[in-house]
Amino acid sequence: MSAGGDLRDISVSRDAVDDPQLNAAIAHAALPAVQEPVASPSPPAQAAGVSKFHESARAQVTGSATYVDDIPEIRGTLFAAPILSTVAHGRLLGVDSTAARAMPGVRDVILASDIPGDPMLGNFAHDEPVFAQATVQHVGQVIGLVIAESVMQARRAARKVVCRIEALPAILNVHDAMKAESYVLPPVFVRRGDAAAALASAAHTLHGTLEVGGQEHFYLEGQVAYVVPQEQNQWLIYSSTQHPGEVQHWVSHALGIDNHAVRVECRRMGGGFGGKETQAGQLAVWSAVAANKLKCPVKLRLDRDDDFLITGKRHPFAYDYTVGFDDTGRITGLKLLMAVNCGFSADLSGPVADRAVFHVDNAYFLQDVEIASYRCKTNTQSNTAFRGFGGPQGMIVTETIMSDIARTLGLDALDVRRRNLYGVDDRNITHYQMTVEDNILEPLLSKLELTAQYRPRLQAISAWNKGSPVIKRGIAITPVKFGISFTATLFNQAGALVHVYTDGSVMVNHGGTEMGQGLNTKVAQIVADELGVAFEQVQSTASDTSKIPNASATAASAGTDLNARAAQYAARNVRDNIAQFVAGLDRCGAGVVRFAGGQVLTPGKARSFAEVVKLAYANRIQLWSDGFYRTPKIHYDKTTLTGRPFYYFAYGAACTEVAIDTLTGESRVLKVDILHDVGTSINPAIDIGQIEGGFIQGMGWLTTEQLVWNDKGHLSTHAPSTYKIPATGDVPEHFNVALWPEPNREDNVFGSKAVGEPPLMLAISVFEALRDAVARAKGATGAVQLTAPATAENVLQALAH
Amino acid sequence: MSTEPVATPGSRPIRFVRRGEIVSLSNVPPSRTLLDLLREDLACTGTKEGCGEGDCGACTVVLGEADHSAIRYRAVNSCIRLAHSIDGMALYTVEDISGADGALHPAQEAMVQAHGSQCGFCTPGFVMSLFGMYNNHVTHGTAITRAMAVEELSGNLCRCTGYRPILDAAQAMSALPPARIDEAALLSKLELLAHDLPGLEADLPYKSPRTLAALLQQRAAHPAAQLVAGCTDVGLWVTKQHLQFDKIIDVTKVEELRRIEDYPHHLAIGAAVPLVDAYAALSGHWPQLHAFAARFAGLPVRNSGTLGGNVANGSPIGDSMPLLIALGANVVLMSIRGYREMPLERLYTGYRTNVMAPDEVLAWIKAPKPGSILSRTVDVSKGSGSPHPSPLPEGEGTKRIAPFPAALGLGWGPPSLAPSPLWGVGGGVGLPATLQIYKISKRFDDDISAVCLAISLRTESGIVIHASIGVGGVAATPVRATQTEAALKGQPWTAATVQHAITTLRAEFSPISDMRASGDYRREVLGNLLQRYWFESQGLQQINLQAFALEEAP
Repeated sequence: MSAGGDLRDISVSRDAVDDPQLNAAIAHAALPAVQEPVASPSPPAQAAGVSKFHESARAQVTGSATYVDDIPEIRGTLFAAPILSTVAHGRLLGVDSTAARAMPGVRDVILASDIPGDPMLGNFAHDEPVFAQATVQHVGQVIGLVIAESVMQARRAARKVVCRIEALPAILNVHDAMKAESYVLPPVFVRRGDAAAALASAAHTLHGTLEVGGQEHFYLEGQVAYVVPQEQNQWLIYSSTQHPGEVQHWVSHALGIDNHAVRVECRRMGGGFGGKETQAGQLAVWSAVAANKLKCPVKLRLDRDDDFLITGKRHPFAYDYTVGFDDTGRITGLKLLMAVNCGFSADLSGPVADRAVFHVDNAYFLQDVEIASYRCKTNTQSNTAFRGFGGPQGMIVTETIMSDIARTLGLDALDVRRRNLYGVDDRNITHYQMTVEDNILEPLLSKLELTAQYRPRLQAISAWNKGSPVIKRGIAITPVKFGISFTATLFNQAGALVHVYTDGSVMVNHGGTEMGQGLNTKVAQIVADELGVAFEQVQSTASDTSKIPNASATAASAGTDLNARAAQYAARNVRDNIAQFVAGLDRCGAGVVRFAGGQVLTPGKARSFAEVVKLAYANRIQLWSDGFYRTPKIHYDKTTLTGRPFYYFAYGAACTEVAIDTLTGESRVLKVDILHDVGTSINPAIDIGQIEGGFIQGMGWLTTEQLVWNDKGHLSTHAPSTYKIPATGDVPEHFNVALWPEPNREDNVFGSKAVGEPPLMLAISVFEALRDAVARAKGATGAVQLTAPATAENVLQALAH
Repeated sequence: MSTEPVATPGSRPIRFVRRGEIVSLSNVPPSRTLLDLLREDLACTGTKEGCGEGDCGACTVVLGEADHSAIRYRAVNSCIRLAHSIDGMALYTVEDISGADGALHPAQEAMVQAHGSQCGFCTPGFVMSLFGMYNNHVTHGTAITRAMAVEELSGNLCRCTGYRPILDAAQAMSALPPARIDEAALLSKLELLAHDLPGLEADLPYKSPRTLAALLQQRAAHPAAQLVAGCTDVGLWVTKQHLQFDKIIDVTKVEELRRIEDYPHHLAIGAAVPLVDAYAALSGHWPQLHAFAARFAGLPVRNSGTLGGNVANGSPIGDSMPLLIALGANVVLMSIRGYREMPLERLYTGYRTNVMAPDEVLAWIKAPKPGSILSRTVDVSKGSGSPHPSPLPEGEGTKRIAPFPAALGLGWGPPSLAPSPLWGVGGGVGLPATLQIYKISKRFDDDISAVCLAISLRTESGIVIHASIGVGGVAATPVRATQTEAALKGQPWTAATVQHAITTLRAEFSPISDMRASGDYRREVLGNLLQRYWFESQGLQQINLQAFALEEAP
């Protein structure tokens, strides 16, 4: 691993430049000399910028970290299992639960008629029923619940419920949906310049199509909700959710009660990846409807196979494009149609498809471009957020185009990519009219090209392939430029609470959720430095709608940007209160009071933080505070899809080498070199973990993770036995990750950049390396037609094409 | 607390060693899984359910069993393991392995130090797989290499980390302060448990006979009972098909069937031998099988599942059968009426159906060693009063099986004790055939084959004199490619012969299209794999990604 080596040399972030008081951590390095008591402990290393262990690591390795299903159950708790549609599209004529009700332990069967409030889910589009009523719209749609005294009793009985369904014609793929003009939302068109004219006058044109499959989240912890009735028609809901606020909203909507009667808590998720951004909410609503009817706690934990059948996935895309380019490979015009398979309801498909439109450029300037985005309605699971949120689907088509242009012209693919990069001073306005101000693409690609030894390896691979009749190697470098912020501007706000207790211990709570990404760890690091205390002194607590209201989903990679900043502001308020108090004690200005090393320092005196806290409490100083942050500069016109939807961009590039077997289509990833931009890392180990994990997850999307629906619309890959995410053997030993050594050019917490989603798209280099290997095996120029995921079968088909 | 109905009168307590103490649990239903026992009955929620089918490893626990004077540690999937099956063993979960002072076990400490947990949900399973590796390797002075870690952790899925830090953790354990299990104390406790055996007469819902004689009697008395071995498939019938069994007969404690008998010309692998041990024995004779064996499910499944179970279950996509067919293996079925020995492929009559009578069990798999063959006829031996037809006539000295004694349990050994017929006329040992097995799956490790092809060929003077080909994933059962064998036998081993055989092989089967692959792909690749075999026979190197390594410096 070469990651992290450069970090210590990085200058302070723009945080500190803009606001000298802002970051105690950075100020720590330049503290004025003070007369310290001899006995005072040496200050600990500052928390941020250091690879602190995940705040839950010890609990996780000992099995004591609590997930929703681990919470001790309250006496009288009943268990739910879903009743699923077995038909992709049909009229629901009736539900016969007689046999199920007669089974041991069964207490009730819950259907749409049991919903006291709106039978439609309280989501944006308002197009999804809580339980299927008049119609069923996909195999696996939930019609109701069986409630029983044990999980297995409920599951057994759920299969005995007889649903009378009159089948209707079903639309099972985007092509049929396009023919039928079946959409969940109207199409969106984004144009700049005159693509038709540019194509007409282009020196070369290519027409092509591409199919890219979806992806199951496969969070290791399946979806789960535990609903506990409280007094006076109030509700406590334990939900494994990325968005407790939305769960609260949906539950109150379904129960017909006010938001304030519903409290949602989530200490941690066993993985989310977008799959628990909206779709954790349904489970909470279903359970709450049952708990409301039966007046007792109800828990619903989906069996893995049911989770596959019920919940939505990454959107599959189909593309049709014509691209024009000059002799150097530079794109002069592009017409692109994207057909997005949204499933049976809108869910987050609108913003996902929008983000795909925004990321069609990836790293490249597209002068004359016309994009049509169709949000197709099919009788399948309602597809939802998944790490990258349409960004990967926007980028991948352009990356395939880049390689095919290179192959058509007989040029090197990296050269063609570099010729098309955004400029720094010109060619720097996106097709949605945002100026790219922080472009580091050219130096980043140049550095990776050198460190990965791309050019020498090209030669070596060509030579090796000549002597290898069956196995062929391929290589590709692809860049990533990913916009950071929720494209819906209003979500870019966050709140936090910092409490300092009288013993000097600190508790932080914020509106974000912990799904393994290390958000709580980073927030605690920032808060620790703000108060000058040890990282271990700061405790993170469960996300809770009664602590931080109206919080946005932990999504769009913005969890740390938003919540760590809000927590920093909350801690700063507390610090300011204490500083003013201590300044009064020592008769100095509050601005010279320093917090570092577990001490509060004035020019004349050093006191321990705990001592100062006790004094401050005795003097009735407020030792807790809220903090609020909203992302500056962003604005966006939804009607024209133009503006500055993103605060900044995160960049990266990956060089991947693969081998394919021309007899079978099997492939292996041999080497990966990554150079990625996280700004100034708050926690290099966590950031590298996000980069590696994101890359491998993206590799899975594009190689082994194939979703297969049969001709009846039944998802036949509904378990890890048939749906294959990467395993240990898929990770190459040569897997280098380096961090780009430069702080965020925008004013962001600690100078860091968001890291959750962008690395996933580095894995497009795997797909392009595979296409390179196919092209080398065929020895032919021109486009390579490879369907994603590149399973052995699809690779063999590409070789034959 | 949610519990399944516990009224199982007459049920014998499950007794095992946990945290140094003997635990005794009564009234556990026979179909209850170990994971449900832990999470629901014992409220030990540290062990997680990720999939309920043994494919993700989140539920991994470690079982300790006395193996002579040592302890053998096996990481297993608790979600599909029946609770009763751990009777008499030591159980370790993620909650059991830190020191009394809270000091983390090296498996845990290494995971923390390497930043090996993110969401943490797979972590208990990884920790337990690492714990198993620690006790089987590190405490015996064997350093864990990256390759070992990749192989032994392939049954544990992580969706967050991309595995690199976990593989680092595996290799870092040996450098941490050691943690040793007091094996002497544990052995004495296990010894204590071993002496508390149920009487044969007891009509228990979960029957775990210790001898072959007892097994056959139980089987005869309870032909409707569900027979289980490692339960890596039957466990899914419980968790996914929601089946409940009134009576279960577990073969894994039968002493005779836990053995691998090594005879001059064949191995006799007892039906209760875990896959990991069975494949280790086979790999001893065919080293090229190691990489294939490592791709058979994940280690927790190989630790629990048995070769006998894989064969008896008869899935058309089970990976052992194409191999065993190509090897020319026989199976031995036994009942109190006698035994039958037959070529493995004749066991199957259709999709998951076989010739076994309700009172029969699959007892042994006999794999001829390189250069040997077994009788290819069906051999039957009857006990007194057997309804079976008379033994088939012996043909040309090919039958070498001792009659099965009617009286059970009297110093009886496997029915295959006598030397097997040898390759070549007159019993002379011929040159070993060249065996290769190829598996095509979406993921290399821990995946089910779309196609599996095992080929065993022998040539003399450029002529194919022996061809034995087993195929999986192309029919309702594992099958022998008899037409392809015929197309090869007696032909010169040339490109033209191979091309003809490829055409024959593709035409011999009509594989279906499913979620793993299309029928067309299966057919195409089947031929291409024979092509691969031909290339390998011509000395071509680096043509199989299963064992592909770049020779150049990184």
